Amino acid sequence: MSMSRRRLLGAGGGLALTGALAAACGSNTGRDGDDHAGQPVLEQWYHQYGEPGTEQAVRRYADAYLKANVQVQWRPGNYDQQTAAALLTKSGPDVFEVNGPTLDQIQGGQVVDLTDLLSEAKDDFNPAVLAPKTYQGKIWAVPQVIDTQLLYYRKSMLDASGVEPPRSLDALIDAAKELTTKDVKGLFLGNDGGPGVLAGTPLNAAGLTLVTEDGEVGFDDPAAARTLGKLRQLYAEKSLLLGAPSDWSDPAAFTQGLTAMQWSGLWALPQVKKALGDDFGVLPFPQDGAHGAPAVPVGAYGAAVSARARDKALAKAYVKWLWVQRTDYQEDFALRYGFHIPARISLATKAAKLRQGAAGEAVRFATDHGHAEPLLWTSASRTAYQDALSRIIKGGADPGGELRSVVRKTEAELRRVKKKS
Amino acid sequence: MRSTFVRRLLGPQNRHLWFWIFVGPFVLGLTLFTYVPLAWSVYLSFFDAHNTVSPTDFVGLDNYTAMLGDDAFTGSLVTFLVFTAFIVPATYALSLALALMVNRLRWAQAFFRSVFFLPVACSYVVAALIWKMSIFNGVRFGLANTVLDWFGADQIAWLSTTDPPWYWLVIVTVRLWLQAGFYMVLFLAGLQRISPRLYEAAAVDGARPGWQVFRHITFPQLRATSVAVVLLLVINAFQAFDEFYNLLADSRGYPPYARPPLVYLYYTALGQGQNLGLGSAGAVILALIIAVVTVVQARWFGLGRKED
Repeated sequence: MSMSRRRLLGAGGGLALTGALAAACGSNTGRDGDDHAGQPVLEQWYHQYGEPGTEQAVRRYADAYLKANVQVQWRPGNYDQQTAAALLTKSGPDVFEVNGPTLDQIQGGQVVDLTDLLSEAKDDFNPAVLAPKTYQGKIWAVPQVIDTQLLYYRKSMLDASGVEPPRSLDALIDAAKELTTKDVKGLFLGNDGGPGVLAGTPLNAAGLTLVTEDGEVGFDDPAAARTLGKLRQLYAEKSLLLGAPSDWSDPAAFTQGLTAMQWSGLWALPQVKKALGDDFGVLPFPQDGAHGAPAVPVGAYGAAVSARARDKALAKAYVKWLWVQRTDYQEDFALRYGFHIPARISLATKAAKLRQGAAGEAVRFATDHGHAEPLLWTSASRTAYQDALSRIIKGGADPGGELRSVVRKTEAELRRVKKKS
Repeated sequence: MRSTFVRRLLGPQNRHLWFWIFVGPFVLGLTLFTYVPLAWSVYLSFFDAHNTVSPTDFVGLDNYTAMLGDDAFTGSLVTFLVFTAFIVPATYALSLALALMVNRLRWAQAFFRSVFFLPVACSYVVAALIWKMSIFNGVRFGLANTVLDWFGADQIAWLSTTDPPWYWLVIVTVRLWLQAGFYMVLFLAGLQRISPRLYEAAAVDGARPGWQVFRHITFPQLRATSVAVVLLLVINAFQAFDEFYNLLADSRGYPPYARPPLVYLYYTALGQGQNLGLGSAGAVILALIIAVVTVVQARWFGLGRKED
């Protein structure tokens, strides 16, 4: 009896919710549409940026487009899931930013080929972030801004312990151990102990890749097991900060002195600078092994056009206008609110803000040591790898055995996606 | 002719009309939001449905064999079993104990009944976040670690430590706190239905109050309530998602431990994976398991059997 009553309430609630949603979707975004009356409507989606002013800025750009009535949706929450679901229906966005698109979205025909938009400007886009948006020679999204991650360290804490900024993985492990006291941990790699945020970076630092350029598994190599096995030591020696109130993407643990070193995003730099002044430095993920090199991950949100857009030509024209032609807006978007590297090389090199101090170093890391996640590195491979890395770091599982099973799963995924093309 | 047809359609005293007015919305909602998605999910499970709900690439039982051969999925079923083994007896014992205590109160019974019931009104998400961020966070100012510090013990990263698996403590206690009050009320109702004459007769026969009376009178008399409580607890455990997701997931995914089936399927089908075919196959397998378990359990306990 109690079950069926709950069902009834559930169904009633569902109906009520549908009504509310329908009402919410029908409403306008609050912009006055006077200038754009009678023009075709384009719906554009952004994920919620944390920095104040970004939302107003993108609405301003949209308003300035004269050939369409662009309605911006600013979407908090699980943005990737929201767009993935919305792309299945006609009511989704026309233009949307995407941390991808994924290979399955491209192969499934969910996004439109944007190659011709970039024609004259293609060489000006950072090749590292353009590559994962390119599949079989066609470009599927226009990179908006580049984000990267790096290792922040507290100079005063390192000095107090007589530790040099670590330049190799072994040095990092020793430093983290040395810096750990009763109240302060040596290193913060996220509350999960590292597998989530590090992803392929340690492999890159060992001179390997996730997927090679010819589409083969890039870490079927004894060096991979050796490097990942070392990460276990950080956890086993209790040098890692775990269970901090906010995760790696927020510099709070670092600025509050819970940890002497933290892996975080470039976006955290203004906050760190404000809190610590000059008492910090930045490093890439240190190299490991004879063939290794320092590494940082780079990635870019891109502007894509949905294959279900009402007017694809108009949507493409708008993307070209905003993300290819209007370099003034691109510069404003990248540098004025948050802290990102412009996707255009010409803009990145002339930005004064990106030249001095830690910011300048971060840009250099991204240029010299940046690795983007390959397009062929699908979600299934990523999950298998992340699970294995977690078992290696936390469970002390044998790195060789774990990696063999990841290699098998990745090979199966690569076969699957190649079969489709 | 027409009017008799309409009249017949409406039934005597418009009973058919009223039937549909009351039942109609419910049936409509159930069909639209439960049966259609259910059937669609079964349909999808036979296709390679990456990023689509109208697939064309029929793959037969491939998704099922892939799911059953996936050690992450079978591992999630083990996780569920472990979780059930903790949460069902713990909630059962705690809520029964609370009910027995509250039932004996001579004054302020309503107050304590409300106090213990109050957590039921709290959302799983909110409770999980409080557990994660203030009670069981891993740094020195978390509540649990502050208490440990009084005794000079080292701080523990509750949710990140896999050996020993402290995360189970967090996961089980949050659900225990949230649901014990509800089952306490069920037990209270059961206790109040036991005839006082039974206790009088037991006293006359020389049964000692306390354990003996509980063992031979109270507990057997609560059989019907117990069966319902255990059934509901197991079904609720199968549906566990909120507290797991909010305690352990981060922006980059979910750790490979304490990952119950629903969380795993969520990531497969609805996360970045968007493999709706494989996810649907997993959901169908899970639904079959739940159905079988529930039927077996109901038979075993004799749910709905007339009490003697």
